[in-house]
Amino acid sequence: MQTTNKILLGHGSGGRMMHNLITELFARHFNDPVLDQQTDAALLSFPFGNLAFTTDAFVVQPLFFTGGDIGKLSVCGTVNDLVASGATPLWISAAFIIEEGLEVSVLEDIVKSMASSARQAGVRIVCGDTKVVGKGQCDRLFITTSGIGQVQSQHLRIATGELITAGDHIIISGTLGDHGMAVLAARNELGFASKLLTDCAPLNLMVQPLLDENLDIRFMRDPTRGGLATVLCEIAENKDFGIIINEEQLPVSEAVRGMCELYGFDPLYIANEGKMLIISSPKDSSRIIEILKKSPEGRQATLIGEVSNDHTAKVLLKTQIGGTRMITMLAGEQLPRIC
Amino acid sequence: MDLIDEFRNRDLCETLLAHIHSEALHNFTIMEVCGGHTMALHRFGIPALLPSTIHLLSGPGCPVCVTGRGFIDQAIELAMHNNISVCTYGDLLRVPGSLTTLEKARAAGASIEIIYSPLQCLEFARENPAMKFVFLGIGFETTAPASAVTLVKAAEERIDNFYLLSAHKVMPPAMAAIIHAGVKVDGYLCPGHVSTITGTNMYEPLVIDFKVGCVIAGFEPLDLLQSILMLVRQFNGAEPRVEIQYTRAVKPEGNPKAQQIMNQVFEPCDAWWRGLGVLNNSGMQLRPIYQHMDAVLAFGLNMAEPPDPPGCRCGEVLKGLLKPTQCSLFSKICNPTNPIGACMVSAEGACQSFYKYANH
Repeated sequence: MQTTNKILLGHGSGGRMMHNLITELFARHFNDPVLDQQTDAALLSFPFGNLAFTTDAFVVQPLFFTGGDIGKLSVCGTVNDLVASGATPLWISAAFIIEEGLEVSVLEDIVKSMASSARQAGVRIVCGDTKVVGKGQCDRLFITTSGIGQVQSQHLRIATGELITAGDHIIISGTLGDHGMAVLAARNELGFASKLLTDCAPLNLMVQPLLDENLDIRFMRDPTRGGLATVLCEIAENKDFGIIINEEQLPVSEAVRGMCELYGFDPLYIANEGKMLIISSPKDSSRIIEILKKSPEGRQATLIGEVSNDHTAKVLLKTQIGGTRMITMLAGEQLPRIC
Repeated sequence: MDLIDEFRNRDLCETLLAHIHSEALHNFTIMEVCGGHTMALHRFGIPALLPSTIHLLSGPGCPVCVTGRGFIDQAIELAMHNNISVCTYGDLLRVPGSLTTLEKARAAGASIEIIYSPLQCLEFARENPAMKFVFLGIGFETTAPASAVTLVKAAEERIDNFYLLSAHKVMPPAMAAIIHAGVKVDGYLCPGHVSTITGTNMYEPLVIDFKVGCVIAGFEPLDLLQSILMLVRQFNGAEPRVEIQYTRAVKPEGNPKAQQIMNQVFEPCDAWWRGLGVLNNSGMQLRPIYQHMDAVLAFGLNMAEPPDPPGCRCGEVLKGLLKPTQCSLFSKICNPTNPIGACMVSAEGACQSFYKYANH
């Protein structure tokens, strides 16, 4: 199909060019028999039980950053939303909005990256759509993915937060703020080179053993935009419990910490794309951390705080020097377009 | 050594706190002048660790907070012109003018650019000779030298489409005005970054005239606690004076080169401060040889200050007469999503800092 090296409006026309783009680029890399049938809807046989269904749009700028790209992000983001709901991810759909003039090689790199992340996570990309818009009508490439997963009945209440009670332990699976700072660094807005790496990764292989062992998980959420602080505030809002976390126990890499100090960001509010916040009963928290640590994505898993009966509906942070401060939601976006 | 943890060492903090608790036996009011200090104190949860004898007040040292709504109104009016582009530091974007903000004006089509250095504005001017570029000069002695350097460069290169709208201010007249206004201050935590430029001399009259202690403080927990202890000891010994705690950045003589270029470009003028009104010699205006770049003169702007929005008590907050939580608009009506007064907009504003970090 390399008759042109740029995406043209014709690639979205529904004609021969579009057909070629689908078969020779998308279908070739996603390599799935259901997708290859090119039916209007993917026809799948569903295992018995409960279904989790999610969708997410990706508009990150730039398309490539250290350790990841919009393609990897679009698969991992949707996989992780399913994982956080206690589901085993099965199928993904992908819709592409492409700006006229995008290099085909760029699109191919992104599609390959999606295929590789899907393989890593063991999910299948089974349907999709492509639209090409005129110059200036989108910013190079936007991707929307939807995902379907299967949830065992005993895990159905993990996503809702209704199981959380005072005394529960709060665990984070690794360092905070890596993705947001890597994207910021890739934008070259910081005025110096850096090797900050995104944490973007599918988390199903890390989390599945916890579900298989039926550990007492009360809640899970992957803290993406808005960071850990925003998720904790959402959990505590209007509830009859409060949350307290310890600054000293929050894992933050040296590089992210240094940059945050320099630019006045708080890593608690910076986006992650490969971390899981887990709230569990106190009896199972050490076993959960032990299991998380066996995965490459969970090596720095640690206990960061607990749910308490005090300070109802509020999130407090015990500072490094022994003081206490409140954690609130951000009024606006701390950083623009990071996913 | 990472230059962060050293200044947040818990054991050392506890030692300092123990000294403060055993030595601060009398009621003692400290005002942190600088918005950066207000933010740091709350971020580390320091106020609750201090003995009840120490009262902390937030002062007028956030440049966004003390800037009038008239300044924002005029900036918006300029930016609505077809051939004028306004360049600003991001902090001003969401500050309410009397009708709207720069952010909303931009969405409505006004030409407003966010920049990190006034030299970027000069660069735009150089590249687009058909347009006029106005830089919103805001801040104290910390940001004024950068504005001054840009004006000197513009003059040298004879760039005739670059202008400054100056809201630059100097700190000491406001510190004196607060005491004149009847606020009881026993010690000032003096701004660390301003003082790297100015040095210590400008605080001496405060010590002589008002017998108030002045300690120039850094921004880490140990800096703040050590500075508070230094003020307590000055107070106990009845020996108010100017001391530098932030010695790793501040020299007694300051930064002579920055002072020189500031003096070359600016001269003192009377200036309006939110909460304090017009203070003599507290502003910086362009000297005659640079006045062709003064946006007020070049565009005939009316800088009269409109009245405050009803119910807004930023003025009293800035004077330390009112805690943010005592304002009836605080939190429910005025919050970072819907700021009524400037103290809630600015990242260094006392109200935002209370909203973000204190247990309201």
